[in-house]
Amino acid sequence: MFNSLSDRLTATFKNLRGKGRLSEADIDGTVREIRRALLDADVAVPVVRAFVAQVKERALGIEVSESLNPGQQVVKIVNEELVAILGGETRRLNLAKNPPTVIMLAGLQGAGKTTLAGKLAKHLKAEGHTPMLVACDLQRPNAVKQLQINGERAGVPVYAPHPGVSSEFDTPTGDPVAVARDGVAEAKAKLHDIVIVDTAGRLGVDTEMMAQAANIRAAIDPDEVLFVIDAMIGQDAVNTAQAFHEGVDFTGVVLSKLDGDARGGAALSVASVTGKPVMFASTGENLDDFEVFHPDRMASRILDM
Amino acid sequence: LSQDSIDEDVWDEIEETLLLADLGTEPTLELVDALRERVKVEGSRDPQRVKAMLREELLKLVDPSLDRSYLPEPHPDRPSIIMVVGVNGVGKTTTIGKMARVLVAEDKDVLLGAADTFRAAAAEQLATWGDRVGVPTVRSDIDGADPASVAFEAVSAGIEQEVDIVMIDTAGRLQNKVGLMDELGKIKRVVEKKATVDEVLLVLDATTGQNGLAQAKVFSEVVNVSGIVLTKLDGTAKGGIVVAIQRQLGVPVKLVGLGEGPDDLAPFDPEAFVDALLEG
Ligand SMILES: Nc1nc2c(ncn2[C@@H]2O[C@H](COP(=O)(O)OP(=O)(O)OP(=O)(O)O)[C@@H](O)[C@H]2O)c(=O)[nH]1
Ligand SMILES: Nc1nc2c(ncn2[C@@H]2O[C@H](COP(=O)(O)OP(=O)(O)OP(=O)(O)O)[C@@H](O)[C@H]2O)c(=O)[nH]1
Ligand SMILES: [K+]
Ligand SMILES: [Mg+2]
Ligand SMILES: [Mg+2]
Repeated sequence: MFNSLSDRLTATFKNLRGKGRLSEADIDGTVREIRRALLDADVAVPVVRAFVAQVKERALGIEVSESLNPGQQVVKIVNEELVAILGGETRRLNLAKNPPTVIMLAGLQGAGKTTLAGKLAKHLKAEGHTPMLVACDLQRPNAVKQLQINGERAGVPVYAPHPGVSSEFDTPTGDPVAVARDGVAEAKAKLHDIVIVDTAGRLGVDTEMMAQAANIRAAIDPDEVLFVIDAMIGQDAVNTAQAFHEGVDFTGVVLSKLDGDARGGAALSVASVTGKPVMFASTGENLDDFEVFHPDRMASRILDM
Repeated sequence: LSQDSIDEDVWDEIEETLLLADLGTEPTLELVDALRERVKVEGSRDPQRVKAMLREELLKLVDPSLDRSYLPEPHPDRPSIIMVVGVNGVGKTTTIGKMARVLVAEDKDVLLGAADTFRAAAAEQLATWGDRVGVPTVRSDIDGADPASVAFEAVSAGIEQEVDIVMIDTAGRLQNKVGLMDELGKIKRVVEKKATVDEVLLVLDATTGQNGLAQAKVFSEVVNVSGIVLTKLDGTAKGGIVVAIQRQLGVPVKLVGLGEGPDDLAPFDPEAFVDALLEG
């Protein structure tokens, strides 16, 4: 399709060799290319604006020499800035001094929370922990069953006192906040050192459901609240991240469905709007498809390099 | 002759509105250029007038004249078949439940086929939707059964029971997974041994950004998509990517999802879509 951003930037500087410092006019075309690349990667408009201004400032005054291609220098700057926003170093999960460590999952409908619950459980179990899952989505049809199957596949128990919506019970029964609270108590009693609380998907604008999520958070005082977001999301990433930031004050981000071919600009949007680190990448439907997030790889992916 | 009485801020604002709705850079720039040209020709100086033109141009792109009917013409001797496809978590199963509800209300005999044999509790979820709206579901007892066989069974049962419509749910799959896309093609081919697939609906989540175009392209190549269902429009996302999809692939949006309940489905309304998009 297109040449890589790197190629296009190099092309915009073709005639610049040996010209001294880059001027504003010199980098205008470049800045346009960068802006375009970021927008095509679904980075949110306000984030692009701030980012491009930052890059422009640094690019002004680059010394053009015979040996160094200014295009490559600008790409380097863009890349550095991206990695910086995406979190620089990767953060590990916060484990509680007094177990159990409580991890709450939250996000839009269909983002990948219930799958991630299974993945996290399997991963933590392999590290020698004894996780337990808690089924607080009593709303989506058969969400409880889905979590139970994931728990079985991960080889960890699932606390599910209410069946939620299923063929026999087609309206929600049970209180998700109570299930969460009781689930943590159960984990304590049974000496599980980690509890992972799955919650229903909800929209940022659904104030009632967002209040429920806030109540779950207040009831279990989690060590980590992970915001799960689909890597395919577009400009709505900012609204959604802000709503969950205000609603449940998440501590970290998980980018899901990174096994797809979306460029994943949302990673940049969420990280820069909320300042919260992207911690994990979810990369498939199987429970092993899960890895620590790599800011440098993500930067290259967003820039299509 | 100063078209500059419309200052750059107005143009920037228009561009930003379109970008924020996920319209994409190319359609946005084209639309803004076309608008600038029109403003020049008409010599308009009033920002309100420009915004009205923008609405007109956008509506033209969305094309209210497209055929958006989603109910297949009934066959005298066999059921109509609707297949529902898309990437993971977009709302396929939920949409089938909602559509079944609409069809039942129109006195149609409906049967669901649970050809998602992969995701945990997928068949149960579809069967729950079936129970909710009062239609039976054909599913396999075996986890991980061959999805094409389940689809074939469902269509066979539909023919035998002389139902009007069989709706086939499929597993979510990302369009870059060649093996899974081949599997989807196979499901359709196997069904076609028994009946024609009348409608292939691609479900697209309104929050989806530019990747939506790739989704529509690849799914269309593999199973010849006949319409789009744009879900989760009850959130803040606008779903602007469907404009590029319609334009490039000619596949019309037929239905929109507006919530998680059985009644949260509506025919696509171009004017309402454009107004929501421009609302910012
Ligand atoms: N390809 C791919 N699919 C994924 C990934 N994570 C989850 N999925 C799939 O995405 C779909 C939705 O995942 P869920 O775990 O049910 O999402 P959720 O956030 O719990 O959804 P709700 O509870 O309905 O809000 C399922 O088909 C999953 O198999 C991933 O990293 N890659
Ligand atoms: N707010 C909102 N949520 C929706 C809508 N349609 C579906 N959902 C929710 O989105 C989530 C995923 O829906 P599903 O129907 O399971 O999606 P799917 O495409 O079948 O998912 P997979 O089979 O796992 O690929 C569920 O929580 C649904 O309740 C909608 O129009 N609005
Ligand atoms: K909307
Ligand atoms: Mg879930
Ligand atoms: Mg489904």
